[in-house]
Amino acid sequence: MLGLHHPGHSPLHRSPAGVKLLTLLAVSTVVFFLEDLRILAGGLLLAGSLYAVAGIPWRTAVRQSTAVVPVTLLFMAAQWVLVSWHAAAAIGLRIAVVVLLANLVTLTTPTSDMITAVERALGPLRRFGLRPERVGLAIALTIRFVPVIAEQARLVRQAQRARGVRFSLAFLTPLLVRTLRMADGLGEALDARGWESSAQ
Amino acid sequence: MIELSGVRHRYQDREVLGGIDLRLTERRIGVVGLNGSGKSTFARLLNGLLIPSAGTVTVDGLDTRRDGPKVRRRVGFVFQDPDVQIVMPTVAEDVAFGLRGLPKPEVNAKVKAALAEYGLSGYEDHAAHLLSGGQKQMLAMASITVLNPSTIVFDEPTTLLDLRNRQRIADRIKTMPQDAIVISHDLDLLADFDRVLVIHEGKIVADCLPEAAIEKYVAIAETT
Ligand SMILES: Nc1ncnc2c1ncn2[C@@H]1O[C@H](COP(=O)(O)OP(=O)(O)OP(=O)(O)O)[C@@H](O)[C@H]1O
Ligand SMILES: [Mg+2]
Repeated sequence: MLGLHHPGHSPLHRSPAGVKLLTLLAVSTVVFFLEDLRILAGGLLLAGSLYAVAGIPWRTAVRQSTAVVPVTLLFMAAQWVLVSWHAAAAIGLRIAVVVLLANLVTLTTPTSDMITAVERALGPLRRFGLRPERVGLAIALTIRFVPVIAEQARLVRQAQRARGVRFSLAFLTPLLVRTLRMADGLGEALDARGWESSAQ
Repeated sequence: MIELSGVRHRYQDREVLGGIDLRLTERRIGVVGLNGSGKSTFARLLNGLLIPSAGTVTVDGLDTRRDGPKVRRRVGFVFQDPDVQIVMPTVAEDVAFGLRGLPKPEVNAKVKAALAEYGLSGYEDHAAHLLSGGQKQMLAMASITVLNPSTIVFDEPTTLLDLRNRQRIADRIKTMPQDAIVISHDLDLLADFDRVLVIHEGKIVADCLPEAAIEKYVAIAETT
């Protein structure tokens, strides 16, 4: 779900980030109260066709969404065993619709627009001492560093395999050290980029 | 102009820099020294990322102890590891990061110009973490340049780069309009600088033209 912006000029790309986020929120809420499989399947079809409207290649759409497949299957299996196949199908369709739409919002909205929208929405909370810019920065850094940390994890695992360790939780230690060192460097880099002046 | 007077720095109770008095006015200044001699510590003092344990550092008369944010707007910093300097997910957003608060058309124009200057036109929407090491370092430089500092400090900017990217960065450092203070183990990079400082065990042991400084540095390397 931490996919990147897929630039374009479709109506979806041109809609304001705030509108898209609110619509996503509303639709997701509604979807979770729907029971009728035909309506849910219709929703899935509709979500899929919006990708065509946005001009996003199906390959990108699939790549963005595969990460949640295992968890979804797990949920579906649990529902099947505990409730019924109908419940399993419903939960599968609901997750699919919401994930497709959420990814669509990410793909058609530059991160910085999304952050600005979130900052604006949080603006009223400033009275309670919340700094919306900081929340925005936290979101940006998360999106930016998740792939980097994943890459670090891969490198650490490789280095251990090269030394004949097959799998060991010990790999968490170097990963933690690297991540903390990166956080330290990042703090310094933020200072050097004048962050403090814009946050005050 | 950056001025250091009576500067000392200690980490816990170990002194790593002692008694430094300098006025830095030249356009291109290099800094060399062995590992652990105190170069990075020195560099971080120049824009207030570190505050000296004793003495003062001023930039155009502004004390780093009191005017940190103002000083950092005048003195930019490029780190060795480009991965930690890139803050935003995509290239254009990263360059725009320091320009928050300016009107959007102005931001876009500045970002466009900076990317062109650093050979990154066409990469606007590219994921920053997927750039090559050299491109990341170029991006780091572009992101600092848009803030319009008068001096840029570099801490080993070419260490992680291949020959071609090293060349690119070296050319940029030579031609950019800002003053540069460059820490490097890459002696060729400093060969035509205006001034080179040699740091050894926390002290400035030579402060002269590149050729003489490098000679001194080689002598230190051979005898320790
Ligand atoms: N945050 C810190 N806390 C404690 N000691 C430190 C810290 N940073 C650096 N030092 C110590 O200070 C001394 C100088 O370090 P510095 O990083 O300035 O050296 P350097 O000349 O940049 O070395 P290199 O060429 O390896 O980058 C070293 O002995 C180092 O171990
Ligand atoms: Mg260093």
